[in-house]
Amino acid sequence: MDQYSYEITMPSLGADMTEGTLVEWLINIGDEVKKGDIVAVIETQKGAIDMEIYQEGKVSEILVQPVTKVPVGTVLARLATAVEFVVEEVDASKDAALVKTEPHVEYVVNVKKEMAVPVGTVIASPVVRKRAQEQHLDLSNIKGSGPSGAILLRDIEPASSVSSKSVTPAESIRAAIARAMEKSKKEIPHYYITLDIDISPVQQWLQKENADKEPEQRMLLLAVLLKAVATTLIKYPQLNGYYIDGSFKENKAINIGNVISLREGGLMVPAIHDVEQMSLTEIMDAIRDISSRSRSRGGHLRSSELMDATITITSMGERGSDSVLGVIYPPQVAIIGFGKPRQLPQVRESEIVVCDVITTSLSADHRVSDGIVGAKFLNALAKKLQKPELL
Amino acid sequence: MSVDELKQLIVAAIQEVAPEIEESDIDPDEDIREECDIDSMDFLNFLAALKNSSGVNIPEADYPQVNTLTKMLKYMAERLG
Repeated sequence: MDQYSYEITMPSLGADMTEGTLVEWLINIGDEVKKGDIVAVIETQKGAIDMEIYQEGKVSEILVQPVTKVPVGTVLARLATAVEFVVEEVDASKDAALVKTEPHVEYVVNVKKEMAVPVGTVIASPVVRKRAQEQHLDLSNIKGSGPSGAILLRDIEPASSVSSKSVTPAESIRAAIARAMEKSKKEIPHYYITLDIDISPVQQWLQKENADKEPEQRMLLLAVLLKAVATTLIKYPQLNGYYIDGSFKENKAINIGNVISLREGGLMVPAIHDVEQMSLTEIMDAIRDISSRSRSRGGHLRSSELMDATITITSMGERGSDSVLGVIYPPQVAIIGFGKPRQLPQVRESEIVVCDVITTSLSADHRVSDGIVGAKFLNALAKKLQKPELL
Repeated sequence: MSVDELKQLIVAAIQEVAPEIEESDIDPDEDIREECDIDSMDFLNFLAALKNSSGVNIPEADYPQVNTLTKMLKYMAERLG
């Protein structure tokens, strides 16, 4: 049986990632793994991420030991598997862990397999590796004074007095956002359209729904907006997918990336998968979950949550600006922006009435769709939001 | 429960969602969410934490009565007797 070999590599979690640090293995040689299992924890500019696997098999080799920083695409371990996995050539960037998200491949640096960090030559404990990593030391250049030449903390300790330029997580997130946004604005011809949507029916419906609920069970406006966007998008496939190598590939599943601001600055954009198939309660639970895992230090996001978004939503919340025109996260082709909900006078059948309004914007890739498609989408979304009880 | 104890309880609940906030950071008569930079999800989590520590469940309809620290203290004091 297990006649094929499958490589577990450092994944690219987006247009902005070129390297990552293997922090911890959650598997051992001989372990059976299946699709979706978390096999390792990796540290990226987006924080600590739980790395998932997309193939089942038995762990046959572990090639890189934690804590080691490697380029995206580096082979970290191998699986013996009964199923053949089609891997293109030896371009390490287009390998296994990336196949599910091949859209991102375009942005990944081409890494040759020889670049994988050789292991077995250096004996050092995780503590020592971590310290060396923090100090940007190459352990292979250090002579160990421990048994069998093992490198001990004291062997690298003196270096700690040498000031090493350390980058804070906030700076690193800033740099990642800078790269992705710069790429977007250089390559994607954005068009922008907006529509003031009357959400009075949604606000009234929410008020009724939440009236006798405990805080843990209350629904937020954002959950309703996500559901309405997802169900409307089904008819607008030009807005949901990836633009790769000069052509657009629509995506059947609607995976919505949610812009979450971090308290210490910067943001994360974890995705909720298959939103079009979820109930409002499930969506609310998912928002609660990704928000707490993004914002708390202990909580990790999963690699797929940072790789699989097919469209993004940015919501200003109640304390933001009236509207927001988003910058598309490549290789996606659209981003929807919700301003802060506010009360405005509107004219209804020649009468002035006070309505709850949310200014909704769409920034989309003009290579893939035209403004008229976007406008139709926004109007269809508005219509959907008039009957929240049907969502 | 004294006013000070009540204030401690509220600040502790805020710190569950905004760990870096100290009581001195909060202007008691300004919007509590602005003062502590908390979004609507944080606010729900804050209310849940407060409900767990005090037993008081603040319904959504009462949000306008608890939007500053001063108002929230008054609201809580009335309910905790």
